[in-house]
Amino acid sequence: MSKASDLPKITSVADLFAVAYQIEADAVERYELLAEQMETHNNTELVKIFRDLARAEALHRDEIRRMAGDIDLVEHARRIAKWKRGESPEEADLGAAHYMMTPWHALQLALAAEQRALDFFASVVKTAPNAEIKKMADEFVEEEAEHVNLVQRLLQRYPKPSSSWSDDLDPPTSQE
Amino acid sequence: MSTLDMRAACKPADYKSDVKPIWCPGCGDYHVLMSFTRAFAELGLPPEEIVVVSGIGCSSRIPAYTNCYGFHGVHGRSLALAAGLKVARPDLTIVVASGDGDGYSIGGNHFLHACRRNIDMTYIVMDNRVYGMTKGQPSPTTEPSFDSALSPGGTGLSPFHPLVIALASGANFIARCFSGQPNETATVIAEAIRHPGFSFVEILSPCVTFRPDEKDWKDIVHAAPVPATNDPAKAARRIMTDDGFNLGILYRGDRKPYQPTAKANIDLAELEREFEL
Amino acid sequence: MQDTQGISVAVLGSGGAGALTVGNLLLEAACEVGWQGLLTRTVGPQIRGGEAAALLRLTSGRVECMPDRFDLLIGIDWLNAHRFGAEIEVGPHSLVISDPRGGELPPIVAESSARIVKIPMKDLAKAIPDGRPNMIALGIAGRLLGFGLERLLALIEKRLSGKGDDAVRSSQAGIRAGFEAVASLELGRPLGSVEPPTTKRWLISGNDATALGALRGGIRFAAGYPITPATEILESLAPSLAKVGGALLQAEDELAAVNMIIGASFGGTPSLTATSGPGLSLMVEALGLATAAEIPLVVVDVMRGGPSTGIPTKSEQSDLNIAIYGLHGDAPHLVVAPQSVADCLFTTQWATYLAEALQVPAIVLSDQFVGQTQAVIERPADVAFIGQRAKATDIAGAYKRYALAANGVSPMALPGTPGAQYTADGLTHTERGTPTSTAADHLAQLDKRRDKLDRFNYGDHWATIEGSGDIAVVTWGSLTGAVREAIGRATQDGIATTLIAPRLLYPVRPEQFAAALEGKKRALVVEQSHGAQFHRYLRAHYDLPGEVRVLNRPGPLPIRPEEIHRALLEWRK
Ligand SMILES: Cc1ncc(C[n+]2csc(CCOP(=O)(O)OP(=O)(O)O)c2C)c(N)n1
Ligand code: SF4
Repeated sequence: MSKASDLPKITSVADLFAVAYQIEADAVERYELLAEQMETHNNTELVKIFRDLARAEALHRDEIRRMAGDIDLVEHARRIAKWKRGESPEEADLGAAHYMMTPWHALQLALAAEQRALDFFASVVKTAPNAEIKKMADEFVEEEAEHVNLVQRLLQRYPKPSSSWSDDLDPPTSQE
Repeated sequence: MSTLDMRAACKPADYKSDVKPIWCPGCGDYHVLMSFTRAFAELGLPPEEIVVVSGIGCSSRIPAYTNCYGFHGVHGRSLALAAGLKVARPDLTIVVASGDGDGYSIGGNHFLHACRRNIDMTYIVMDNRVYGMTKGQPSPTTEPSFDSALSPGGTGLSPFHPLVIALASGANFIARCFSGQPNETATVIAEAIRHPGFSFVEILSPCVTFRPDEKDWKDIVHAAPVPATNDPAKAARRIMTDDGFNLGILYRGDRKPYQPTAKANIDLAELEREFEL
Repeated sequence: MQDTQGISVAVLGSGGAGALTVGNLLLEAACEVGWQGLLTRTVGPQIRGGEAAALLRLTSGRVECMPDRFDLLIGIDWLNAHRFGAEIEVGPHSLVISDPRGGELPPIVAESSARIVKIPMKDLAKAIPDGRPNMIALGIAGRLLGFGLERLLALIEKRLSGKGDDAVRSSQAGIRAGFEAVASLELGRPLGSVEPPTTKRWLISGNDATALGALRGGIRFAAGYPITPATEILESLAPSLAKVGGALLQAEDELAAVNMIIGASFGGTPSLTATSGPGLSLMVEALGLATAAEIPLVVVDVMRGGPSTGIPTKSEQSDLNIAIYGLHGDAPHLVVAPQSVADCLFTTQWATYLAEALQVPAIVLSDQFVGQTQAVIERPADVAFIGQRAKATDIAGAYKRYALAANGVSPMALPGTPGAQYTADGLTHTERGTPTSTAADHLAQLDKRRDKLDRFNYGDHWATIEGSGDIAVVTWGSLTGAVREAIGRATQDGIATTLIAPRLLYPVRPEQFAAALEGKKRALVVEQSHGAQFHRYLRAHYDLPGEVRVLNRPGPLPIRPEEIHRALLEWRK
C-alpha cells in the first residue's frame, strides 16, 4: 500500500540507524500499549507476553543506539523517520487485538510485525545508494530474519486455539 | 518554553495523558487517539492551548486520554459547548470529538448549525455506524439490514450522508479518513486544524465488539483519486456519488470564519444613560 | 393614603388603535414632573392588531404592584375586551370613558357601578386629517390627570420628531380635541402634586434591568433562543455586550444555548442565558452537567403561564418546582428571585457574583410581570457584587481541579494555563477529574458540592424581612410588592405584620428562616401558582408556625393588595 516515496529517505548510514532505531522504538511503544489494554481488560497472560515482547524490542532498540556511537539518534530519528502513509513497519496491528486474545494471537501479531520489518530492510538493501548503507541494511535484514525465526519457534509452543477462543458467555455491559 | 522551542520539542507522547482508555482492544478509537497526538505534535501546539470537547459515547471518552484541556459534556451537545468556548476564547485551538450517534442523531441539529456558523474549529466524528457505548443499537449511518435487539430484522431505514449534509450546511473543510491509517489521518487532522472555519473530518473507526464486520474496512478503503476541490458543486457531485470509502480531503472552502471581535468601547455608566429620564 | 395609592389609568384598544403608546406617553409626562410609576400591558393572542391594554399606575413614592382597581378606564373600543376579564377591575369611584361606536361594554365594566361617560373618540379623530383616536384618548387622560396642554403637545412633538410636521400636527390636533372633550369632567380622585425629582430617575423594564444587572455583575458572554417573555433580555444584551467587549450567540435551540454558555464559562468568561419555562425544561440536563463539572452560569427564567406553551404573555410563579427540583441526581445549585423591576438588576448581579464565587449554575426566577413592566425608579445603587471565581494560576505539582477544599470551592484552571490540563467531566470524578465509580469518590464530590453552597455566607440579601408583628406574610418574587402594600394597609388597621420574602430560594436557609419566624403565631403564604408550589416548598424545608393560611392562584389574574389585606383582616375577626 505504501509507495516508496512515502517511506523515510535513507541517504547515509546515520539515516539508516535513525530509521532502524525509530522502528524498534515504535514497536516497543505498541507492545506497551497492547499490554496496557490487556491490563484494563484483565487478560493477565497477555499482559506478560506483550511486556516481554516490549522488553525484547527495547533491547534491540538500545543495541542500535549503541552501534550508532556518537550520532544523536533520537533527535535525528525525529527529523527523518516519518511514515506519511501506513504505519511504522514493526508496530503490531492494533486493530487485530481482542480482549480474550491468546498467546498464539499475540505471536501472530509479532510475527507479522517482524516480517514487515524484514521486508522494509530488504527494500532498503535493494535501493541503497552506496555500499556502506547496503552492508549495514543487510545486517538489519539478518537480524530481523532471526527474529522471525524466533517467533516461529515460540509459536510451536502455542498451538492455534480452537474456534471458540473468543466465546464470552456474559453479555456486554451498557455504559453511560 | 516559547512556542518555537515547543514546536521543535513536540512529540506525540507529550499529548497523551496517563488515564488508561476503557475502549475494547481492537477498537478503531485507539488509532484515532494516536492520530490526535500525532497531529498536535506536527502542529507543535502547546497542549494547554488545545481544548478537546466531546459528548457521550465510547468515542467521546477521548478528551481525558489527551494531555490537553478537555470537556466531556452531555450527549450530543459538544458542538454548542465548543462554539461558546471559541467565541469567548478565540486564542484556543478547539477540537470537537464525537460519534455517529452523538453527532448525527441526538446532536444532529447542532451539526447543521455548526457548519452554517463556520466558527474556527475542527469536528471529528468517529463513525462506527453503531452505538457502542449502549451496546449495539443502530445509528443514523447504519445500513437498513442491521439486525439488533432494538431493530429486529433490520432498521429498514436508509442511512444518511454526513458529508453531503456538512457541505450543504456550509462546512468549510470536509474530509474522510480511516482509523487504521493513523499517519494519514494525523496529516488530515492537522490540515483541518490549520484550515480556517469549521472543518469536518469523518473517521471510519470500526467497532470490533458490535460490528466485527467492520474489520474488513481496511481492505475496502481507498485513497481519493483526485485532490480536494474548492468548488461546492463539484464536491457535492463527488461526495454524493462515491462509495463511502473514498479517503482524503474532499472539499476545502474559502468562506470567512465567524468570530465576533467586539472591543470594549464604552463603559457601563455610559450604557446606563440610556435609561435616564 | 391617597398619596401612596396614587392614580391608575387603563387604556384599551384593538386593531392597531395605539393604546400602548398612550400609556407610554402618559408615564413619560408624569415622571417628568416627579411621579414614579409602573406601566404594564396586557394583550390578546394576535401578533399585530390584537386587543391591548396599557395599565398605568402613578404614585409619589416607590411603586411595585398594580392597583386593586383603576381610577380611569378609557376604552377606545371594547372588541374582545372580555379576554382581559378581571385583570382590569373598576369600582364605584372609577370613571370609564367609552366610545359609543366602540362596541359593547364588557360585563365586568357594565356591571360595575363605575361612572360611564360616552365620548366619540373615533368620530373626533375622523374630523382631523390623519387623526387617530389614541391621540384623543391621550388628550382626555392628560387633562383628567391634570397635565397642562402644553406639556402634552411638547411630548408628542418629541416622540414624533422623526415622522414629519404633518404627523405632529395631526396628533397635536387630536390631543387638543380630547383635551376639549373633557373640559367639564373631573376624576373622583385627582392626581395631587409632587416634589420634582432631585436625582435623575430611570425608566426601565425588568428585563432591561436584568440585562444591566448581568453586565454589572461581569457577564460578558450570552447565548439564547428567543422566547416570550424573556427575549428582551437577549435583545438588550446583544448590542450592550458588543459595546463592552463581550459577545452573544443566537443559538439554534435552548439545548445549544445552555451548552454554549457552559463552554464560554469553562473558558473563563462569566456567561448567561435567558429563557422561559419551555426553554428551561430543555436546559435542565446541561444544568446537571454544570453542577457536576462545577461551571458557573446564570440562567434567567422569565416565568409565564404554564405548563407547555400555556399563556406566554402572562405572569405566573409556577416554575419554582422545576427550578429547584428539576435537575436529575442530587444537584445543589442556586435559585434566586427578584422582587421588583428594580430588584431584577440587583438580583441578577448578585446571582452572577454567587455563581462565580461558588462555581455553580444560578437560576434567576423572574416573571412576565416584573420582566415586561416599565418602571420609573431611582438609579439603582452600585454594589460590590462583581463575579470573580477562584482561579488556579501557579501550578505546583499535579493539579487537582476538584480538590476537596475546606470551603468546597476548588480553584479553577482556565485553558491556556500551562501544567494544569484537565478534563471537565459530568461523569463522577476524582479530585483530578478522572472518571470513577467508587462509593467513596462519589460521596466526597457530592459532599463537596453541597457544602460549598451550604457554608457560604449569603448575608442579609438572602431575604427581605420587614416589620415586626406576630403575623408573617411569606411570599416570593414579584408578589413582594403587592404584599408590602397590603401589609402597609394592615398596619394602619393596627394589625402588626411581618413580611418575609426569600430572595435566595435554594439552597434553603433553615436557621435564618427560623430566626425570621421567631415568635410568629400565624403565617399567610401568598403565591401565584395553582399547585401552591411555594407553600409545599416551605413545608418541606422549614417549620411554619401553628396557623398557616395560603392565598394562591394561577395566573393570569394578579393577586391584588386588597385580597391580601382582606385575608389579614379576616384573621383579626
Ligand atoms: C441524553 C442521553 N440519552 C441517552 C444516553 C445514552 N447513550 C450514551 S452513548 C449513546 C450512543 C453513543 O453512540 P455513538 O455516538 O455512536 O458513540 P460510540 O459509543 O459508538 O463511540 C447513548 C444513546 C445518554 N448518555 N444521554
Ligand atoms: S464498544 Fe465498539 S466503539 Fe465502544 S470501545 Fe468497544 S469497540 Fe470501540
